[in-house]
Amino acid sequence: MMRGMIMISETNSFTEKFDLLGCIQCGRCTGGCPVTVRADLNVRRFVYDAYNEEKLDELARLAEIWDCTTCNTCAVRCPKGLKPLEVLLALRSMVVESGKVEPTVRDALQSVLLEGNPWEKPRAIRCDWMDGLDVKMAEPGVPVENLFFVCCTIAYDPRLQIIARNMVRILNKLDLDYGFIGTDETCCGSEVRTLGEEGLFEMLIEDNTELLNSFEAKRIVAFSPHCFSVFNTYYPDLKSEVIHYTQLFDELVGENKIPWRGELQKKVVYHDPCYLGKLSGVYDEPRSVLQKIPGVELLEFDRCRERSLCCEGSGGKMWVESHSKKERLAETRIKDARALGADIVAVSCPFCLLTLEDALKGLGFEEEMRVAEIMELLGEVVEE
Amino acid sequence: MTDKPRIGLYVCHCGINISATVDVDAVAKYAQNLPNVHVARTYSYMCSEPGQALIKKDIREQGLNRVIVASCSPRMHEKTFRKAVQEEGLNPYFLEIANIREQCSWVHEDMTEGTAKAKKLVASAVAKVRLLEPLESTEVDAEPAALIIGAGIAGIQAALDIADAGFKVYLVEKSPSIGGRMAQLDKTFPTLDCSACILTPKMVDCASHPNIELLTYAKVEEVDGFVGNFTIKVRKKARYVDVDKCTGCGECAKACRLANRITSEFDEGMGKRSAIYMPFPQAVPAKYTIDPENCLMLTRGKCGKGPKCEEACQAGAINFEQQDEIVEFKVGAIIVATGFDTFDASRKPEYGYSNYPNVITGMEMERLVSSSGPTGGDIKVFNGEEEIVPKEIAFIKCVGSRDASVGNEYCSRVCCMYTAKQAHLLREKIPDAKIRVYYIDVRAFGKGYEEFYDRVRRENVRYIRGNPSEIFKRGKKLVVKVEDTLTATPLEDEVDMVVLAVGLEPRADMREVMDLLRLSQSGDKFFMEAHPKLRPVDTATDGVFLAGCCQGPKDIPDTVAQAKGAAASAMVPLASGKVTINAQVATVNEATCRGCGYCVSVCPYSAIELVTVNRFGHELEVARVNEALCKGCGSCSSVCLSDSIQPKSFRDRQILPQIAALGGTR
Repeated sequence: MMRGMIMISETNSFTEKFDLLGCIQCGRCTGGCPVTVRADLNVRRFVYDAYNEEKLDELARLAEIWDCTTCNTCAVRCPKGLKPLEVLLALRSMVVESGKVEPTVRDALQSVLLEGNPWEKPRAIRCDWMDGLDVKMAEPGVPVENLFFVCCTIAYDPRLQIIARNMVRILNKLDLDYGFIGTDETCCGSEVRTLGEEGLFEMLIEDNTELLNSFEAKRIVAFSPHCFSVFNTYYPDLKSEVIHYTQLFDELVGENKIPWRGELQKKVVYHDPCYLGKLSGVYDEPRSVLQKIPGVELLEFDRCRERSLCCEGSGGKMWVESHSKKERLAETRIKDARALGADIVAVSCPFCLLTLEDALKGLGFEEEMRVAEIMELLGEVVEE
Repeated sequence: MTDKPRIGLYVCHCGINISATVDVDAVAKYAQNLPNVHVARTYSYMCSEPGQALIKKDIREQGLNRVIVASCSPRMHEKTFRKAVQEEGLNPYFLEIANIREQCSWVHEDMTEGTAKAKKLVASAVAKVRLLEPLESTEVDAEPAALIIGAGIAGIQAALDIADAGFKVYLVEKSPSIGGRMAQLDKTFPTLDCSACILTPKMVDCASHPNIELLTYAKVEEVDGFVGNFTIKVRKKARYVDVDKCTGCGECAKACRLANRITSEFDEGMGKRSAIYMPFPQAVPAKYTIDPENCLMLTRGKCGKGPKCEEACQAGAINFEQQDEIVEFKVGAIIVATGFDTFDASRKPEYGYSNYPNVITGMEMERLVSSSGPTGGDIKVFNGEEEIVPKEIAFIKCVGSRDASVGNEYCSRVCCMYTAKQAHLLREKIPDAKIRVYYIDVRAFGKGYEEFYDRVRRENVRYIRGNPSEIFKRGKKLVVKVEDTLTATPLEDEVDMVVLAVGLEPRADMREVMDLLRLSQSGDKFFMEAHPKLRPVDTATDGVFLAGCCQGPKDIPDTVAQAKGAAASAMVPLASGKVTINAQVATVNEATCRGCGYCVSVCPYSAIELVTVNRFGHELEVARVNEALCKGCGSCSSVCLSDSIQPKSFRDRQILPQIAALGGTR
């Protein structure tokens, strides 16, 4: 008998939530997954096996669920609109709920809860990077054009603080209404989500939405693609538009507002961060900023833009050690850059900077080339 | 309308389609007590012959003068039952359908609710049927000619069939030659017939047929009128070549300053042509055309010291002063056979089609493997460094098909088989090649298709179950990143060439044809047929029919079959010489019409116009309906400020009691 949509019976929570029955087992997810070259993860198998409710506990115990870098390739490639990685994250949630996580993960999550950052640093020193700088602070209730969201990793990591410091130096030369949040700024929750701590993530969304809305910002400018992506995807009640800083700078260089001081006579290859590229579709703006830097010759990886290779920096990988002895993807990336003859691998994400720089040092190429954030490069060519 | 209504009411079980959720006996019993209902019965299938006989017998023996059938949608069987009552001498419009299937049993699960609603629907039909007026349908003459838009294999086949039956055919093609996509193909699956060899004779037949007028390099600009009486305006674009003088010798193309410098559309961008060109050697008509977008003379007004083509043409056929020409004619029916576009592979950037010259599409492969193609049939590709004969070849299926991420959820129905065919042809040309076909499912559903797929596999074409996710470069090789899903093994296969089995998409410019002929699109964006099963070549516009891939992806056998179907349907009005005009059309009360023109602006069929009438010495405007164009949709009635325009059978006085009965019955 012909009827409308047949009601699904006897399916578990995963089946409907992740549309498991929509899967045609084509393998584009696993086929595209960048970590398959060095880890046992086969995300298609998880989509297939998660249909069986009784098997979920067993699946959650498999170590490879922690190999996913949440680069989103599986979701972008899926012809049926599934998000295979979300199945892995839901399994991680089951582990987190049972409390059987690695101590590093536990400590990171606890630190977010207590101090608002995953790096086990006191909230009180979140703005130490501002020392010696004249930073305009935003105030709740006072409208501001551009509200900057720094990111925990950039705020606390001494290697990365230069990104924020350069930003302030350049902003102060421009006629731009801006403000920083200060020590109240709290983790965006991107990595909390990928580590499977759903409850804490929800709490962060609630608290951060309230905090960010209090500033009445026209737009929020995120330093990290991770904060940028998570705000745009998981913060439905945010009142301000959220952009990545490369989008702001694309506007600024387009309007010829950047006071260039010198030249950067270098061959630069840009590495697309997954959270800016594959997750958000921002490919052109960072390139256009780099191209405008006087002297820069911009190169391209063969695997660039939609085919870019993940650096393995996200998905909680900062706190879960990989046991694979095979070449890291960041190393592959550095070797590719060297083969291209690049002097600089430019990135626009704090995690990419850490992983690629680590790989470069591990390979011993420090004499020949370097990894730099776009903001670092801008700092070198904008007048003091 | 003099007789008192005597209504016969028939409730259909439709097997269990209705009776599972509607208590049909209870509905009949209830109806028995409604005013003017003389007899109420149930039957398992009212549309069957015994079902219809039941109605006829009651009309005869019980003197019924109104009939209600409570069954499926009127779109299904209204015609069936009208015919049945007419055969017993009743006016066919004294019939009303209560839709208790689509509007009731199929949308309810609970028998009590379903039955209650069926009763309401029946009561409202009773309220209306009493008030119906007798209508007469009229007939008009049909022009014994057909217009066919698009001269690929679908248009060609339909043209030949109609012309052979003795009717005039105008075959309009936008490019300089007829032949379409089929002319570009090398061999055809599964029989491996040479595509050109089986197509060319048909092309020539079209050109020489006394009943076919070819209008190539032309575009339909205007369509007016209605089934049986369409007036068509076609723009024949200037070719800048006098086709009566051109002998097709080709000296002009050899002489052209841009010889071998313009990208050849026919060779899918892999070959070159001149600015004056014939798309391919077997083109029909075998005449040259100057491409106005590239020709130096036409773009810059000068070509060296003088156009070389003009110098080379012995026949004096070149004419840079030539203008577009408008041709006007009348036809009784139209067939749309506008074909398809292939999926643009650059929309899946992960496959690197825009990055690597050795990643090609299936259509490009057709030209590459063809002996009349740009390489004379030699399989050679440029790998970024050098030209090579590929020894490791990957075919990727479902590129742009079955893929929600590019908005194409449908299967393109030809890629599985053209891939198998191309794998076979490559095996013939490069016997030691490693050929891999990456697939999700193999759909070999046609006659001889599975057998052909079996044969190709046994020719050592390796089928790997997994749809590749990415292509990148490693040295001189392309890497296909894929999972073999049968062994759950992620692979990075290194190959020399990748063939993307791109799917079929609706024509990018289909909107123009849609607007011209008031056609609609189905969910897959192809032209929508009137009914997916029972009226597969008809459209919502009477007298306009569909053939080939413009209606949905299909292979050559299905295209030809559909073209023959469309030709047969189009010939119905041509052969009978008459078309029946729908009787349920809008009618204007000219005494109250204020001539505001709102109805004219909302009519989706352009069926209404304002005319000037003289009333008691005053000139004033009123609306007038062209009954041949009116579909009785009622849009006009809904906006009329003075209730002056109303569709027959759907007048306010007929449908308001019907609506009241729906709300008032418990």
